[in-house]
Amino acid sequence: MEEQEKFNISEHFLVPKHVKLTEEEKETILKTFNISLNQLPQILANDPAIQDLHLQQGDVIKILRKSSTVGETIFYRMVI
Amino acid sequence: MTTLPEHLQKELEEHFKKFKPNEKQKQEITKRIETLYEDAKIAPGEAIGIITAESFGEPSTQMTISSFHFAGVAEMNVTVGLVRLIEVFDARKKPSTPQMKLPLKAKYSKTSEMVKEVSMKIKETKLGDITEEISINVAKGSIEIILDKKKMRDTDIKLSHILTRLKESFKTLTLKELKDSISLKGKDEIKLSELYKLKEKAKTIHIAGLKGITQVLPIKDDDGYVIHTAGSNIEDALAMEEVDKSKITSNDVFEIAKVLGIEAARKAIINESLKVIKDQGLDIDIRHIIFLADVMTRGGVIKGVTRTGITGEKESVLARASFETPMKHIINATLIGERDDLNSVVENVIINQPVPLGTGLPGLVMKSNKK
Repeated sequence: MEEQEKFNISEHFLVPKHVKLTEEEKETILKTFNISLNQLPQILANDPAIQDLHLQQGDVIKILRKSSTVGETIFYRMVI
Repeated sequence: MTTLPEHLQKELEEHFKKFKPNEKQKQEITKRIETLYEDAKIAPGEAIGIITAESFGEPSTQMTISSFHFAGVAEMNVTVGLVRLIEVFDARKKPSTPQMKLPLKAKYSKTSEMVKEVSMKIKETKLGDITEEISINVAKGSIEIILDKKKMRDTDIKLSHILTRLKESFKTLTLKELKDSISLKGKDEIKLSELYKLKEKAKTIHIAGLKGITQVLPIKDDDGYVIHTAGSNIEDALAMEEVDKSKITSNDVFEIAKVLGIEAARKAIINESLKVIKDQGLDIDIRHIIFLADVMTRGGVIKGVTRTGITGEKESVLARASFETPMKHIINATLIGERDDLNSVVENVIINQPVPLGTGLPGLVMKSNKK
């Protein structure tokens, strides 16, 4: 197939917004939930949805999900 | 400030508009609803896993056991009911009836001819579909392909395109264009059995369309044309100009995870199971489905509710053994000297101790410095 302009998958309706957290934000979250980094849900570093964020292992990303029950919810995943 | 979620706030405001309470009443109403909302939240230590299991278990006994031809979607066979639900939750790598829905952009779906043209572009065409005959010429030791001109015109495939595809697939063979056929011949003599294999391979050579799409069915709905396909290939569909890319759906959850990421897969699991449940006329609260999808996608990849998936990852040996293949788990645990801290529910049930749930969760803490 010929090369066309690549589709940005974040425009797809199934893909929620992924945001990278700064180190301080990361600490705050771990403190609020009283957990260690490894207890967070994970996301693969080669996940197609986070390719534009240039992440490293151990980074935490914030996911802004649209939920049918509570409007918008925030979810966190650690990059592995 | 109110702690209510957005949609409840909106609903509340609508009711305020309708019944017009005064400020004081408004405050009182909001306060009461907030209390009710907070009460409805799950408390720490609640056994949500077992509630989810029961919520799925009972209605699933009433589901259709087998898959059948679906009346609404003409001629397309879809796995529905319990079979499909198990498929989703077991995280099978390929759904038994993969499907995609490709909404078309408005400018490509003005007339039904245009839609038909796009459908033909989507459907996979193999060499066998556009030939009259593929035969072995024993005397010459070659394969002769007689093309079907009419079908080629219908699918808008050029001869040159077929030739390039053939060249790519059979690098060792020499191609010769005859009057109304193509002849394939090897440099050296090819054994008859080899020739037969090559002939079978030639039939399945991909010529045009999206790989894996065996059927297409354009259906008109409120927003325009949607092409339903049998077979799933999101990656290639995303490269198609005519398709509204942001609205492509597939029932292949693993493919979604690969192309769109784990979060999209989570949403797809929710949508897929919800669809099954709604189709069967059952009602399971969406929170149970969301919970299950969250657990399945927790590790960044999709894991099914099986002994190799999320159940197999449990820390406790006894908990794993109580699910499936108990002997295997216990023997393995013995061999590597595994330790069970009895932190969870099942193992405590087995050894007849209070389970760490609800009132069994908190331990007693004594202040030792007071007399």
